[in-house]
Amino acid sequence: METFLTYGSVFLTGGIICTIGQILIDKTKLSPARILTLFVTLGVILTFLGIYEPIVEFGKCGATVPICGFGYSLFNGTVKAITENGFIGVFTGGVTATAGGIAAAIVFGFLASLFAKPTIK
Amino acid sequence: MKIGKQTIKLESKPCIFSTSSIVGPKEMQGPLAQYFDMHIKDVFFDEKSFEKAESKMLETCINNLIVKSGISQKDIDVIFSGDLLNQCISSCFAIRDFDVPFLGLYGACSTFCEGLLLSSLLIEGNTANEVVASASSHFCSAERQFRLPLEHGNQKSTTAQATVTASGAALVTNRKIADNGIHITHVTPGKIIDLGVKDISNMGAAMAPAAFSTISNHLTDTGRDINYYDCIFTGDLGMHGSDMLKELFKNEGVDITHRHNDCGVLIYDEKSQDVNCGGSGCGCIASVFSSYIFNELKAKKLNKILLVATGALMSPLSSSQGESIPGIAHAIAIENEV
Repeated sequence: METFLTYGSVFLTGGIICTIGQILIDKTKLSPARILTLFVTLGVILTFLGIYEPIVEFGKCGATVPICGFGYSLFNGTVKAITENGFIGVFTGGVTATAGGIAAAIVFGFLASLFAKPTIK
Repeated sequence: MKIGKQTIKLESKPCIFSTSSIVGPKEMQGPLAQYFDMHIKDVFFDEKSFEKAESKMLETCINNLIVKSGISQKDIDVIFSGDLLNQCISSCFAIRDFDVPFLGLYGACSTFCEGLLLSSLLIEGNTANEVVASASSHFCSAERQFRLPLEHGNQKSTTAQATVTASGAALVTNRKIADNGIHITHVTPGKIIDLGVKDISNMGAAMAPAAFSTISNHLTDTGRDINYYDCIFTGDLGMHGSDMLKELFKNEGVDITHRHNDCGVLIYDEKSQDVNCGGSGCGCIASVFSSYIFNELKAKKLNKILLVATGALMSPLSSSQGESIPGIAHAIAIENEV
């Protein structure tokens, strides 16, 4: 039962975030690139304000997998690096914390391009 | 001879001898399928890239036209051709292997009419005997050119039109044809009209005022009214842009509802095909004219038409720098000999 409740909260959180994105695509003239940047920046700001942490505790990867979770990792990584290494952490922390995600995106993108061809729907 | 402000009356009445069309798989599922000469089953057309596929499609289309017309390559004086890609590469590579003088054009979706217009002027001036006007577009190469590569898997907005995968070509001649007298009688090159629309997913709105300007000036210059024509075909305002054009004429007290059709609307079935506001791209009016419209003219179901190709003359760079979309429309009066 515990597991299903977790699934439910993860689904709900991820679903709400994606619904906001879909509404922005359908109802505004924002380009996908701008919506993406907006979500990352919002992730950073909400984490700074202490709002995103409780969302992550409730929604787990429902909150960390969408792109605003990237902003969450950027902020936390930067704070951690500053505490450990001082000022230089401003530059190294964010990218270190998100390195796994960035490298995985490049590797899986490359692998997909070897096996898949784009086409029309 | 120039009449009025911007129309040229063609005394020699250049004849459109024959046409050739080739479309992609999606267009073949549309309502005009029976009229196209040929279709490709796969968007790659046995090539390695979408750009190469588009060139091959255009080359095949012009070759088909030559065979259909019963002429040889050396009879052709000039080929006019254009497409949507940077530096017009679809046309350049398609015509690379032809032994015929080539003049490349860019008029966005208005390219086909621009080509027909220039072809008929060459013939009117007695400087050519056989001229080919052609244009092409390919959904997949246009997405990469104007929006994002297909690999990106982007969602489209509801007012966006889908670029048509198609090529069309027409042979304009000064020969006198006994049983097939489809003539170009007047041409009206359009002026650029820009009312400040900036939304690149709503190009119909940017082009409708240009279509309105060209059509009204054509009618004033020739002294004709809208009912002179069996039909005015615009390409490609799409559904949204067509409504705007009707609205613009309605404000002038003219009802064009029963005299107007749009190639971007005709080519797809709005209900069963997921194309939002209809088709667009150089290949749209080129293939619809070269198949359905030419067929109806030949069968005398249509006798007097005004072909109005509209173009949105922006680039991805101008749009990202905040420029609005300049619209243009060229009109050509095509009439059966009576």
